[in-house]
Amino acid sequence: MAVESLRGAYGKTLLKLGRENPDLVVLDADLAKSTQTQFFAKEFAGRFIDMGLSEQDMISTAAGIALTGKTVFASSFCVFLVGRVFDQIRQSVCYNRANVKLVGTHAGLGVGEDGATHQSLEDIALARVLPEIRVIVPADAVETALAVEYAAATPGPFFIRLTRNNLQTFFDSGHQFVMGRAPLLRDGSDLTLVAMGAMVEKAMQAAEILAAVGISAAVINFSSLKPMDEEILLRFAGKTGRILTIEDHSVHGGLGSACAEFLSQQHPVRMKIMGMDNQFGRSGKPDDLYAHFKLTAADIAAAGKEMLSRP
Amino acid sequence: MNEQELGILSEIARQIRIMIIQMIGRSASGHPGGSLSAVEILTWLYFREMNVDPQNPALPGRDRFVLSKGHAAPVLYATLAQRGFFPAELLLTLRQADSRLQGHPHRLDTPGVEASTGSLGQGLSMAAGMALGLRLSQNPARVYALIGDGESQEGQIWEAAMTAGFRQLAGLCVFLDYNDLQIDGRVSDIKDIRPLREKWESFRWRVHEIDGHDFGEIAAALTEFRRENEKPTLIVARTVKGKGVSFMENNVNFHGQAPNAQEVATALAELNHGR
Repeated sequence: MAVESLRGAYGKTLLKLGRENPDLVVLDADLAKSTQTQFFAKEFAGRFIDMGLSEQDMISTAAGIALTGKTVFASSFCVFLVGRVFDQIRQSVCYNRANVKLVGTHAGLGVGEDGATHQSLEDIALARVLPEIRVIVPADAVETALAVEYAAATPGPFFIRLTRNNLQTFFDSGHQFVMGRAPLLRDGSDLTLVAMGAMVEKAMQAAEILAAVGISAAVINFSSLKPMDEEILLRFAGKTGRILTIEDHSVHGGLGSACAEFLSQQHPVRMKIMGMDNQFGRSGKPDDLYAHFKLTAADIAAAGKEMLSRP
Repeated sequence: MNEQELGILSEIARQIRIMIIQMIGRSASGHPGGSLSAVEILTWLYFREMNVDPQNPALPGRDRFVLSKGHAAPVLYATLAQRGFFPAELLLTLRQADSRLQGHPHRLDTPGVEASTGSLGQGLSMAAGMALGLRLSQNPARVYALIGDGESQEGQIWEAAMTAGFRQLAGLCVFLDYNDLQIDGRVSDIKDIRPLREKWESFRWRVHEIDGHDFGEIAAALTEFRRENEKPTLIVARTVKGKGVSFMENNVNFHGQAPNAQEVATALAELNHGR
């Protein structure tokens, strides 16, 4: 099972795009070595601006540069790229409809040992409520590269949420990213697991566990979060009657909320939302934290079984 | 500056003040004080300094102006209308539900508005970003911005000041509308922003201090700005909040409060008398 770095894919794609587009500008806030904007920085020193530890200034500056006709990527850890600068994203980027692509890394509990201060569990909720911005949560390195290319080629604000850790690769190089379409990774008839980011591979493992006890679980990679794939949700809500969402994020305002907002109005079905419920993360190895907060494949499978045990 | 030139500019400024009073009076909401204090600055910028074409507001080579203190939208709108970016009749729709003139400037709604502003501190970063973007494109256009004194209490102002000084954005010129009044009282009582020259110079800016209502001093400072090729320029413009309307001058109550019908009539009579 191949695992690859999403951040690495971001860095390599930026470099490729930088060679193709002389109007691509990249900003970072003293984390270029972590977010992997460093490759672009090395080759295009003139078009890379390290803003230092000034995230508010970085976001509004990105908007200003974009308003002169540039395509601007700005990166930091999700916790600093979204939560810390929510108002700058709202007013400088979205209200101006500036051509700014926010690519945040180190999302969620997967940050691990750095603990709660660095574990962004709110960024999807914050980004999703803003007009103009599109939100993508890639599940692997291939999808990351495609999402970054799509964002670069599409005018307007984007937020792309990446993990610190390497993740299993699901897609081959022929995969096509379509905004607003959620790839079905596994078909099923009893239950649908809807996952994003680091939780996709755990959902796939959970589907295996469930299959062993005779439960057929579909798995959807809900990478295109806004706009979202309403069609596939409707289809699988109708087909399986049970939707279980899993996210390395708060259960309030994220993936589960997005699905519930839609399904409750269009096709109410039994739902369960797994994620972080009104609590901060803590320090630990990522897998230990997923166990601590009950977000392992086994926990997902148990929740799926529980949903099926009720009429 | 000769008498004739001064007369022309003073008349434009007077017309802009009349428009500000009329539009805020009609909408019965808005910020007259900080609009009136910046009239001479915007008049000079749009009528003598900046390379702009009202018929082609998106020309790549145009100079940019960012109203970082976005609540002074009325002075920007009145100046843009006076300069021909849109018909003056539009001014009387300010803040109405179907208007293209939002309470704070919105780039996508109004011709000539370069950046949406209103949440303080962000406009200076956007202006610096424009200067960076233009420099990357080897576009010699200049970027002008107006910040407030109360706004200078925002941390982001100083992040942006550090960026622009360090990056040597010599094509960026920022006016500080220093009227020493903010909503809750005197800036110097609430959180004094002085010393200004020492602060900005230590952030690697060129600093000029002028009377913000004196066209000659505005012109002289901008001549220095255009000669500068190393540092961004800050022009500390000492101004009077509510300038030009006697009962609004230095009156903090007119920061964000519209004049009533009687006050509008009195203000317009004063401005017309000053002809």
